[in-house]
Amino acid sequence: MAFVARSLALRPRRPRLSAFSVVNGIALSLIAATCLFPMIHMVAVSFSTRALVLAGEVVFWPRGFNTASYAWVLLQGGFWTSLWVSAQRMVVGIAINVVLVLLLAFPLSKEKHEFRARALYVWFFFFTMLFEGGLIPLYMTVATLGLLDTIWALVLPRGVQVFLVLLMLNFFRQVPGELQDAAEIDGAGKWRILWQVYVPVSLPAIATITLFSGVFHWNSWFDGLIYANHPDRYPVQTYLQILLRGDILSQATSLSEISEIYHLSNRTVRSAYIVIGIVPILALYPFLQRYFIKGIVIGSVKG
Amino acid sequence: MASRRTNTLPYHLMLLPGVLLVLVFSYVPIYGVIIAFQRFIPARGMFGDQTWVGLGNFDYLLALPTVWQVFANTLIIAILKIAGGTVLPIVVSLLLNEVRSSLFRRSVQTIIYFPYFISWIVFGGIMVDLLSPNDGIVNQVIVAFGFEPVYFLGDVERFRGTLVVTDVWKTFGFITVIYLAAITSIDPTLYEVASIDGAGRWQKAWHITIPGMSMVIVLLMVLNLGNILNAGFEQVFVLYSPLVYETGDIIDTLVYRLGLLQAQFGVATAVGLLKGVISFGLISASYYIAYRFFSYRLF
Repeated sequence: MAFVARSLALRPRRPRLSAFSVVNGIALSLIAATCLFPMIHMVAVSFSTRALVLAGEVVFWPRGFNTASYAWVLLQGGFWTSLWVSAQRMVVGIAINVVLVLLLAFPLSKEKHEFRARALYVWFFFFTMLFEGGLIPLYMTVATLGLLDTIWALVLPRGVQVFLVLLMLNFFRQVPGELQDAAEIDGAGKWRILWQVYVPVSLPAIATITLFSGVFHWNSWFDGLIYANHPDRYPVQTYLQILLRGDILSQATSLSEISEIYHLSNRTVRSAYIVIGIVPILALYPFLQRYFIKGIVIGSVKG
Repeated sequence: MASRRTNTLPYHLMLLPGVLLVLVFSYVPIYGVIIAFQRFIPARGMFGDQTWVGLGNFDYLLALPTVWQVFANTLIIAILKIAGGTVLPIVVSLLLNEVRSSLFRRSVQTIIYFPYFISWIVFGGIMVDLLSPNDGIVNQVIVAFGFEPVYFLGDVERFRGTLVVTDVWKTFGFITVIYLAAITSIDPTLYEVASIDGAGRWQKAWHITIPGMSMVIVLLMVLNLGNILNAGFEQVFVLYSPLVYETGDIIDTLVYRLGLLQAQFGVATAVGLLKGVISFGLISASYYIAYRFFSYRLF
């Protein structure tokens, strides 16, 4: 009898929803909603009429739907200039990050007996994670090199992203060593092995670090703020920083512009800027989703 | 086994560009901490002829009435963030682990870690809008319930709380993903055995899931130890104002204002160096503990 009872208990009971799972589902939905709501609210405000926003009537859905705020943003020369700076820094910055990650991760993924100097290099990079000179010495270094107001100030100081090197290094370690041995017997050199053996089998990992690097470069703003003396050298997020903190009215150059801005109200325009700042991340999100979780887990826990 | 000896020259060549870049942008700035001991005149350059003042900048700095407050603010804000950023993800990952429908679980996961990928500029802009005392949606709700509007970002008493809540809000989804990964690596037969022994949902969570993820929880906390003087520069920079310096000013924002706004390069570098030296001890200790007790290796 005991045996029968036990096997009955083991039989999976799928269909009935328990009280717990209902409460749990509601709790998790609410948590997710608090993350989603702010974005939806911003989208709603950005497409609404100023008066209705001020009257507090806009919550989840635009009221008095119009695209005037976006039209205004897209007429700003400064916005397009900053977009161009961001585009440049992303192309150059991602290329530098990815190439250096591959070049560093490959030798560092070798075992001690294959590459004796490895420990020396590891300490060289590891030490920079323990101690850094700080903001002022870094700023003075960039200034001394004459990089202020150039794109290089935005891409070179963080050209080596140690975290991404670690990610790639862990991936390379999973590549079977026999592949390299076989290629070496065929007479291939180290460069060819990296390029023709390791890179082709590591495309998912390369996609991951490309995305990490892209998100980093799109989101960075502080370097733009300190290394660029002229607003026309600001990347998008630095441009947004000035707008979202300062009063948008001070940007206007003519009376008609002032009246137009007044017409739109700061809040709708600012919301439009915020939405524009999010859109590229949103567009990449399905890919981020796919690769990030793996990357996060490898990078932060396994080590 | 002399035949196993391989030519490692290509390895050195591959490492060369990265080494040079790190040398210039990490090691030269480390050399640059000498600015902390100089009356630094930027026009003369980092390698130029500067006046040495010994520990003068440190004397000046430690005499500033605000410095201790700033160090205290940094510690308090960082510790509260670590606490909130540990507890909430544990709870959410346990709840998510109980969800049967993988579609629902993945949807929640996808939504809650999205804010992690948005810059603090944009996320801060959203917070400023939501929390505005005049027309922000949060205060509209507060007023609708008959209370006075709250100035979350301008009130000395509330600013730290606002920092902690908005930070946890932005990052908890990301840490939840890490914890969930730890949970999925738990051997499923443990749960089966526990079920046979008649263990319920709570007993299984308490006796199997939490111990199973405790390694990762403790490891993340140990690694956070090294970050205890990083209270989140970008967030504070975006959200603070002179109104809340008393409770919200942190080491990094002080360095920025002293150095790049007031051009007191020597003093600002001295503050940064003080932080760097303490952090060096903390980070080294945290990696050592992680390595020694959790076999955690970075490289």
